[in-house]
Parts: sequence; C-alpha cells; structure tokens
Amino acid sequence: MWARLWAIIIKELKQLRRDRMTFGMIVMLPLMQLLLFGYAINTDVRHVPAGVVDLSQTSYSRQLQQMVVATQVVDFKQHYFSTRDAEAAITRGEVKAVLVIPADFASRLVNHPAFASSASYSQVTEPIAQWLVDGADTMVAAAIRSLRNMPLTELAGQGVSLTVPSMAVVQYFNPEQRSVVNIVPGLLAIILTMTMVMFTSAAIVREREQGNMEFLIVTPVKPLELMIGKIVPYVLVGLVQASIILSVGHWLFAVPVRGGLDSLLVASLLFIFASLTLGLVISTLTKNQLQAMQMTVFILMPSILLSGFMFPYDAMPVPAQWIAEALPATHFMRMVRGIVLRDADVWSLSKDAIWLLLFTCGGVVLAAKRFTKRLE
Amino acid sequence: MSKIALQADKLTKRFGKLTAVNELSLSIECGAIYGFLGPNGCGKSTAIRLLTGLLLADAGEVTVLGQPLAGHEEALKSRIGYMTQKFSLYENLTVLENLRFVAAIYNVKGAAATQRIDELLQLYGLAERTQQLAGTMSGGQRQRLALACATIHQPELLFLDEPTSAVDPENRRDFWERLFDLSAAGTTILVSTHYMDEAERCHGLAILEHGIKRADGAPRALMQAMAANVVEISGDNLRQLKQQLAAVPEVISAAQVGNHLRVLVSKTVADAMELLTPICRDYELALVRPSLEDVFVSCTGGRHVG
Repeated sequence: MWARLWAIIIKELKQLRRDRMTFGMIVMLPLMQLLLFGYAINTDVRHVPAGVVDLSQTSYSRQLQQMVVATQVVDFKQHYFSTRDAEAAITRGEVKAVLVIPADFASRLVNHPAFASSASYSQVTEPIAQWLVDGADTMVAAAIRSLRNMPLTELAGQGVSLTVPSMAVVQYFNPEQRSVVNIVPGLLAIILTMTMVMFTSAAIVREREQGNMEFLIVTPVKPLELMIGKIVPYVLVGLVQASIILSVGHWLFAVPVRGGLDSLLVASLLFIFASLTLGLVISTLTKNQLQAMQMTVFILMPSILLSGFMFPYDAMPVPAQWIAEALPATHFMRMVRGIVLRDADVWSLSKDAIWLLLFTCGGVVLAAKRFTKRLE
Repeated sequence: MSKIALQADKLTKRFGKLTAVNELSLSIECGAIYGFLGPNGCGKSTAIRLLTGLLLADAGEVTVLGQPLAGHEEALKSRIGYMTQKFSLYENLTVLENLRFVAAIYNVKGAAATQRIDELLQLYGLAERTQQLAGTMSGGQRQRLALACATIHQPELLFLDEPTSAVDPENRRDFWERLFDLSAAGTTILVSTHYMDEAERCHGLAILEHGIKRADGAPRALMQAMAANVVEISGDNLRQLKQQLAAVPEVISAAQVGNHLRVLVSKTVADAMELLTPICRDYELALVRPSLEDVFVSCTGGRHVG
C-alpha cells in the first residue's frame, strides 16, 4: 500500500519536473497575476474622463470647474458647446460624464443657500449645475454621485467651513482603504482554485487519454492509492504558490500578514485538499482533457464572482449566497482574509474549516467510487 | 502441459448494436503460446480486454488460472501481465523510472526489484538506455520495454495485444525468441496478431472474424484440415484470368502472389485440377501445400474473392 502510493507520488513529481512549461507556470502564474491584479484592481474610482458644457462662461463657472477637478474624481478632457454634443460624446464613449453649467448659473448660485448672506431662504433653490453620467458602470456613477453635495462655500468666498459629520467612522485593519489589502489574500483563493482544480482535473483524464490507464487497471493498484498519489504532489505545489503570493504581496504591496503562520498553513491545506478533490471528481466525470478544462472554468467563474473576491458576499441575493456557500473558495476567502488581515485563528473560523474538511472527505469518497477499474 | 491456464465459455460482448465478441469459447493449456489471428476490428482486442477483466462481458464465463474471473479480478491481477496495443508506459519517464514504477506497483520491492530490473535490462537489451526517455525510443525498443514491464512480476499468464504492430521484422524475430523463452519457463501466453508468420509460430491458434471464432487448433492441423485445395497458376494475363475464376462458384478465392495466382478450390470438388484445367488452357497449374493465409481465407469465407 505505502510502497505503491510512494511510487505514484514520485512518478507524478518526476513527470511534473520534466514538464518545463507547467513547472514554470506554477511559479510564474501566481506571480504575474499578483502583479497584474495588485496594481490593476482598484475600487477607488479616480480620474474619470469627463467633459464640460459651460453655457454660463463666467469666472464663477470656471472656478467651479477647477474645484471639481481638485477633487480628483474627474479629469475634464473636452469642452462641448451644447448638451446635444455632450450626449453624443457619452454615447461614443469619449467621456463618462459631462458637467453641464446652465446659462443662468450665476443667478442660481446667488440663490443657493451657500451664499447665505445674500439669499432669502424663502426662495425655492435649484441645483446650480447638472451631471450627465454614463450610468452603466455603477462604480463610476457612484463616484460622480459623491460630487452631488460638494461644498460650495469656497465659491462663495467664505473660506473653508468645517462641518461636523453625524457619525464618526473608524476603519479597522485597512485604515488607508487600499483595495490591494483586500485583494491579495483573495487572490490566493482564486489562484489556488485555478491551479489546483485544473491540475487534478487533468490528472486522471490524461492517463486515460494517453493510454496509461489501460495498463494501470490491469495492475494490482487500488483506486484510493491512485487518487491520493495524484493529489499529494500538488499539495506541495499549492503551498509553494501560497507562499509566493503572500510574501510578494507583503513585500511589494505592503499587505500585512497579521495572523499566525500556523493558522494560515492549516487553512491553506484545508483549502488545497478541498480544491484537489474537486478536481479529482471532475477528472472521473469527464472523458478528455478538454472537457476537464471546461468543467474547471465552470467552477472557476463562480469562484471569482460569487466567493466575495470581487463583490461583497453580503450584497448578494440569498440564493446566490447558497451557491457561494457550496464553493470551497467562499469558505477559504473568509478564512484567509480573517487570518491575514484580522489576526483571527483557525478556531474562531471553525465553521468554514469543518465545511472544507467535509467537502474533502466527500470528494475523495465520490471520486474513488466513480473511478472503476474498468475501461468503460 | 495438461493444466488449463485460461478458459472461456461463450463469452459475449456487445457495444450497442455491434456484437464485438460473439460466444467465444476457448481453452489454453499452461505454458502454451496461443494466438488470436484476425483482421483489424475482428474483436481481438475486445476479447483480450474481456479476458483480463478490463471490460465486463455481457454473457459467458472466464476461468483464469483455475479461478473464475468474475469476483477475483483483483486477486488475479498480480498473477497476470498485460501488454497493451498502444504503448502505455510513461513517455516522459526514463526506461529505469518506468521499470521502477511498475515494479513498485506490482509490489516487487528492495533488492529483489533491483535484481529483477537488472535482469530484464540485460535480457531485453536495454542496459545502455536506462536514462533514455521512453518517448524518444524506437518502436522495437519501446516494445521490449513494455514486455519487460509486463513481465516484471513474473506472471503466470501473459496477454499481448498486437505486440509487434510497430516493429521491424528483425526485432519481431527477436521478440518471438523472448516469447519462446518465457513459454519454456512455464508462462502461458495469449498473443493477438494480424501477421500470418507470427500466427504460424503459435502452439494453438484461433481465427476470429466479426467477433466469431472461425477455427481453432494448432497451425499445422488447421492447414491439414482445411476445407479447400490450393492451386498455383502461372502464366500471362493473370488479372484477366482472376476475373474468370471469380465467376466459378467452387473457387473460394483467387489472389495474385508475384507471378502466380493462388486459387483456393473448395474440397466439395473432388479434383481441383480437373475443374481448373479447362478454364486455364494456356497456364501452368500446380497443386501446392496450403499456408496459414489460405486457412485464414478459407475460414473467413469467399468474401475475399475478386
């Protein structure tokens, strides 16, 4: 039993070592993705390309434009002469938003409460200008919406007045609100899902496709030995990838690793095992490597979109949360963010840990059962 | 040579509407080399897969080394060896790594394994290639490696599925020498082939066509018992004569071999020469000893005429 298991593990490692491309990808794939996503993904919307229609052409209107630019939310790229031109520009995708300053801007401004000294409050006040926004992208739209209540006191020449907020907010764990802090641990779950499921989903199918399986079936090898022998080498691969992601994330993006490494190891192992068995199950369900690949992508997409990696889990409708709960990535996402960012230990996350453990056991049993020592 | 190593009784396997193996019965004595002869797609590989337990039969029973196959597949697996038609070892492992892996799978361990592997490397002329990747070897070398792997645990019964299909004639001769060595040491061998010369080397032979066993016996006995006489005709315009002969109902087959036309005449005709002489006036006729190919053609019916 042990000799056979060992032989399969050694064989798998040797084959992996000879496959230069795969071997390289084990290291390069997480590295590239980390660099790419670490820099690219940013939910803090800034420098949206925008345009201006200034029908007022006063010094006040120009001052307003400068104040808007100073917020860094938008960059004015273009001036348009009419609202019609501006709408066409939005349709063309030239700009995402247009600030329309009406011809009666000055009189609106005078009636605005910001000019408290001159205005009589009885008058009905109107907004001083209008934003036309390409609202398809909700994140861009929200950023522009945040300009709605921009203070105008500076325009009124009253100097900066400090307003007292209704409530104070203390931001734990990520006070600077950098997206990358949340993304790097999440990326660990995504990259591991991708490589672990993909490697093992191809593992059994490949032996079948290349004809090795026909020989193996006639030997005394047991299905469970084959399954475990196929998994173990990739556990090492998974741990290597996890350390690459976390250490590069730490050095390059200053993502803190607050939790204990032991908790991190346990959580990672649980997730790696769960992903590998998921791959094995796929491997026993599919007939060739292409099918296995498609199934992997089928798992990968919801893992990226529903696990909480891109969009908050709590914002999803309840049925979507059920689907997310079925994916190992969701549970690991919670655990790894808890451990890395909030210094939680495995015990406080035991619900997710137990779920991953059960998933693995169920998966191995199912895969070994699905794998018959026959050719049909 | 009296014990039965492998016995099959009315073995049947269907794939949808196609009956790949139809009521195949056979019995192979211990230490014999038994051949499956037949064209591609006649059910040779399927029959071997049924006998090794790779496929589950729809009907019929198999007894392997005294035990019924059904229910004892796993126990029997360490006593049988199987060499697949397609090279089924790992192309990106070296010769030695492949052998070590297979040894471990068959529970051949430690010093015994090392000794056995050395022995096999010498025997199959692979000693200088231990570090070569299996995928970069020639057809003959691969096949020797595959045989070495299939026999690493010294199986009592060895299945070889078209072992020489990708091998040159010299390597084939060598290969058969090794098979006779194994046979002499007591290993029972079942080999499938579509080469007549290989089939002729077997102790026993089954001719398969469309999954049905058409003939069974020692090659020499099959030749003697053949239901046709063989006449060799030489002369000019053989192609034209062949067309003429094809129209004669008693002629099972007429095939050109070099300058001759080899004609099989059914034994229902008492004197084959008498039947053919009037048709072939300007030709030379001679009654010759049947070959295994003639047996094969006559067994598989007159379909090969023309």
